[in-house]
Amino acid sequence: MKLITAVIKPHRLDDVKNALQAFGVHGLTVTEASGYGRQRGHTEVYRGAEYQVDLVPKVRIEVLADDEDAEELLEVLVKAARTGKIGDGKAWIVPVDSVVRVRTGERGPEAL
Amino acid sequence: MDTGNTAFVLLSAALVMLMTPGLAFFYGGMVRVKSVLNMLMMSFICLAVVTVLWVLYGFSMTFSTDAFGGLVGDLDWYGMRDIGVAELWDGYTIPVTVFAAFQLMFAIITPALISGAVADRTKFTAWALFVAFWVTLVYFPVAHWVWAADGWLFEKGVIDFAGGTAVHINAGIAALALVLVIGKRVGFKRDPMRPHNLPLVMIGAGLLWFGWFGFNAGSWLAADGVTGRALINTQIATAAAMLGWLFLEKIRDGHLTTLGAASGAVAGLVAITPACGALSPLGSIALGLVAGAVCAWAVGLKYRLGYDDSLDVVGVHLVGGVIGSLAPGLLATGHVQSDAKGLFYGGGFDQLGKQLIGVGAVLGYSFVVTYILGTVIHKTIGFRVSEDDEVAGIDRVEHAETGYDFAALGGSTRPTAGIGTATGAGAAAPADTKVDA
Repeated sequence: MKLITAVIKPHRLDDVKNALQAFGVHGLTVTEASGYGRQRGHTEVYRGAEYQVDLVPKVRIEVLADDEDAEELLEVLVKAARTGKIGDGKAWIVPVDSVVRVRTGERGPEAL
Repeated sequence: MDTGNTAFVLLSAALVMLMTPGLAFFYGGMVRVKSVLNMLMMSFICLAVVTVLWVLYGFSMTFSTDAFGGLVGDLDWYGMRDIGVAELWDGYTIPVTVFAAFQLMFAIITPALISGAVADRTKFTAWALFVAFWVTLVYFPVAHWVWAADGWLFEKGVIDFAGGTAVHINAGIAALALVLVIGKRVGFKRDPMRPHNLPLVMIGAGLLWFGWFGFNAGSWLAADGVTGRALINTQIATAAAMLGWLFLEKIRDGHLTTLGAASGAVAGLVAITPACGALSPLGSIALGLVAGAVCAWAVGLKYRLGYDDSLDVVGVHLVGGVIGSLAPGLLATGHVQSDAKGLFYGGGFDQLGKQLIGVGAVLGYSFVVTYILGTVIHKTIGFRVSEDDEVAGIDRVEHAETGYDFAALGGSTRPTAGIGTATGAGAAAPADTKVDA
């Protein structure tokens, strides 16, 4: 099994969610996050004093997938999240040793 | 007694009262999220402390018969006990009680103005004590100089319609003195200290603007043409000052900011305060534009000179107060509240000289007494919370509260024995219920 994590622009969340649903994903976890990459932050001005704001709002999406689905799912996610402008974010896949569905105790792929 | 005048001053008293909560929001939105409640409370406590002192001896010190050289009133009216229900002073058309209520609101907001300069870092008890001593030693005497019929500045012919010297210069220079005594916030010029809630700042600015009509127009203690001129001048200068501030910001910083609009409006309100009964409408536009632009520039001085006037009480109230207090010396038309003319209206330097005396006297007295008072409190009970507490957040440390519930924090309540439980047991047993999620 694999864990796909993506940190993307907040306003792309709805499109990504719809694309993943269409692909057949049953559940995902979304967290409000902040961070920066190549675009860095932005500048704000208060009574003439400039503040460099380093961290900008992002959302972090986490989805579990079968080994054979993972790469394709990643493609779907990235396509839906992309605007082509700087600051679109990152996505990555890591292996998962084991998964348990808390309600039933099912393990492995059945728990997805 | 004139019931029309009395009705207007009664309503004006209520308007001016609302300015103190308005100021609390104006300041409260500008601090960081961990200090918002303390900032609100620093203003609200003035409503409590100053009201009681005003009754006990403040009104008497300010407006009773002069005790010494036009400097302070005597204590014959302590407790406001011998004031008749419908008692009138010679030449007044409103009852003394109504005048006392109206003037009380000025005494409340003046120390509250200082609080913005020392945000995030003062022990609350030290602040409350400071307020009590400061109104006693500084505000009551200075208000006597300016507004009592036998006060020395009043007798000199200094024009201060509604408190440019007694309120704004007084609070502004006191703020500077206090900041020099207690020092900078931890992280000044290093950490980002941006306003946590600009909508709150806008609400505060709106309430201040609204209340200021009572502050300025009410100060004529009548409902007539001069009152009307004072009111419209207040609106005009405030509007012009907002434009002045935004104009300077756009040129210097490239943006028209919300905080700039709110600050410009307040700078205009401050500047027109002493001058609203002396200027023409066009004169008010000129004053507002100058005050807005100059204050927008002056708020940057603290970074260059290195004093941490946290919310720019010096840059807005002191600078705006000085500009406004000198304005009648230049722009008084001689046709509104009195026949005194300013320099630009052919009055020569006479009135400007008087205004300079008023400004200088309040600057000097308030700075020296505030510096001494602040130092005494700082050296005895301590004016500041510890550095750890300041970093952790003054709301939690001084008030045991936080302003916003961003997320459920977990934890449990511990009812105090005897409160909320019939048995008086300490911790109530957790509710034994199941919920299907």
